[in-house]
Amino acid sequence: MIAVISFYLFAAMTIASAVLVIFARNPVHSVLWLIVSFFSASGLMLMTGAEFIALLLVIVYVGAVAVLFLFVVMMLDIDFAQLRSGFTRNLPFGLLIALVLLAEIIVAANARGAGSIIADKPPEAAQPNIVALGEAMYSRFLFPFEIAGLILLVAMIGAIVLTHRSRGDVRGQKISKQVDRRPQDAIQNKQPAVGQGVKL
Amino acid sequence: MTALFQSWGATHEWAWFFSMLIGILVIALPLMLAVAMIIYADRKIWAAIALRRGPNVVGPWGLLQSFADGLKVFLKETIIPSSANKAMFLIAPIITFTVALIVWAVVPFDIGVVLADINVGMLYVLAASSLGVYGVILAGWSSNSKYPFFAAIRAAAQMVSYEVSIGFVLICVVLYANSFNLTDIVMAQKGNVLGIFSGYGFNPLLFPMAVVFFISSMAETFRTPFDLVEAESELVAGHQTEYSSMSFALFWLGEYGNVILMCALNAILFWGGFLPPLDIGFLYWIPGILWLFLKMGFFFFCFSWVKATVPRYRYDQLMRLGWKIFLPLSLLFVVLISGWLMFWRYGAAA
Repeated sequence: MIAVISFYLFAAMTIASAVLVIFARNPVHSVLWLIVSFFSASGLMLMTGAEFIALLLVIVYVGAVAVLFLFVVMMLDIDFAQLRSGFTRNLPFGLLIALVLLAEIIVAANARGAGSIIADKPPEAAQPNIVALGEAMYSRFLFPFEIAGLILLVAMIGAIVLTHRSRGDVRGQKISKQVDRRPQDAIQNKQPAVGQGVKL
Repeated sequence: MTALFQSWGATHEWAWFFSMLIGILVIALPLMLAVAMIIYADRKIWAAIALRRGPNVVGPWGLLQSFADGLKVFLKETIIPSSANKAMFLIAPIITFTVALIVWAVVPFDIGVVLADINVGMLYVLAASSLGVYGVILAGWSSNSKYPFFAAIRAAAQMVSYEVSIGFVLICVVLYANSFNLTDIVMAQKGNVLGIFSGYGFNPLLFPMAVVFFISSMAETFRTPFDLVEAESELVAGHQTEYSSMSFALFWLGEYGNVILMCALNAILFWGGFLPPLDIGFLYWIPGILWLFLKMGFFFFCFSWVKATVPRYRYDQLMRLGWKIFLPLSLLFVVLISGWLMFWRYGAAA
């Protein structure tokens, strides 16, 4: 009973918030609805028994990716009228992508065998799924896993190379110099005679 | 508890649901009381270090000061700036407060005394604590004011930077304990060092990580050496500038709730949680929950001590500490510890 109620709650929230991502007028609200939809999706994953993936979704997407999204959207100076004018022009292309994705989901769902999501629970495993995942990833799928890691590393280095400019005329902080500074180098005690002043 | 409700005629599911509800109340209500008392303790310790008296008027030794403050805040008018984004403005403090509460679901107070004994407890802690940044970002953005927005930007950068090293520190602990479950992590520390000391902090290989975690937890909760988010000389009150009345109080409660939580995590991950520090029979006469509270109290004292004595970091120093010192150090220790475990515990030579 509770499982059914929470399934429909999460499912409805996922769909509703995903729709609101598109229809929200304010882009910041769009990103926030996207976060709500990530959340409900991770709730659905928890219900199917994939607790590791569910928490990873929250850590990676909600905790890091969406923060950066939110940042960019808050900083950007977006002209909404201009953005909206392209809607009809981009509509056919958007519909095409949506159809392709829908077809993919249908194929994937059929491949897993027909049946509702709730009934389709994995068998009560003797080991937690983090163990099962680790064993698969570090034995059978070791090379694809490492290649994925390498590709990410290359992407990261590429982003740094593309955005980094070294300019010679910038005065940076030299921490070692700041730490090395001693009071006797910086402070002088003088007792000038009246009317004499101090010469540095 | 579930059995009790079942005997009253509820089905198993609903009995479980109600017992969980009661469990949540049993944790959340004392936590609120603890937050009130810890604010008082914070002010008293700070005052003592500054050779002042601190709060001493309301109630005996000023013990009821926090409640008086709470009542005052409760009776004030809630002011919402006219140009603020109203819904976001009101949701932000609620997020901060809720996130501070939900992590307590996996904190073990004693063997078996935990609301949700899930086997990915550590990941749950990471996930929930990574949500904390939203309260600050939303508050800063929705206030539609300069200082809160600066605070939001600083908060996001700071939390993301220190979460990386906290993540690696947690991986070190998980590797050593061989489990993501917080109760298992505590039990793995029993007599871990020389068969006497309970706690990974006593292990020379993990002690540096305990220090990194302690400092990072201060940065994560925006406590003083790292409180650039609400640096009053630059940003008035940071993201809380436009808040008043209960919405301000919720930020306050959430912040101190997070501080208590970080004290508890320090105790659980590195100093044996509910185990006595020495694995000797008669020390177990003291209940585990008291040991945990003692350790949390000690860490809270350290937090206050640091707050009263250490000057605030400059922003570039903060980022340098996070990215150039803690990140490489914790990464090095992940390699060191996994290497140690591979050769000494699991014997890779074989």
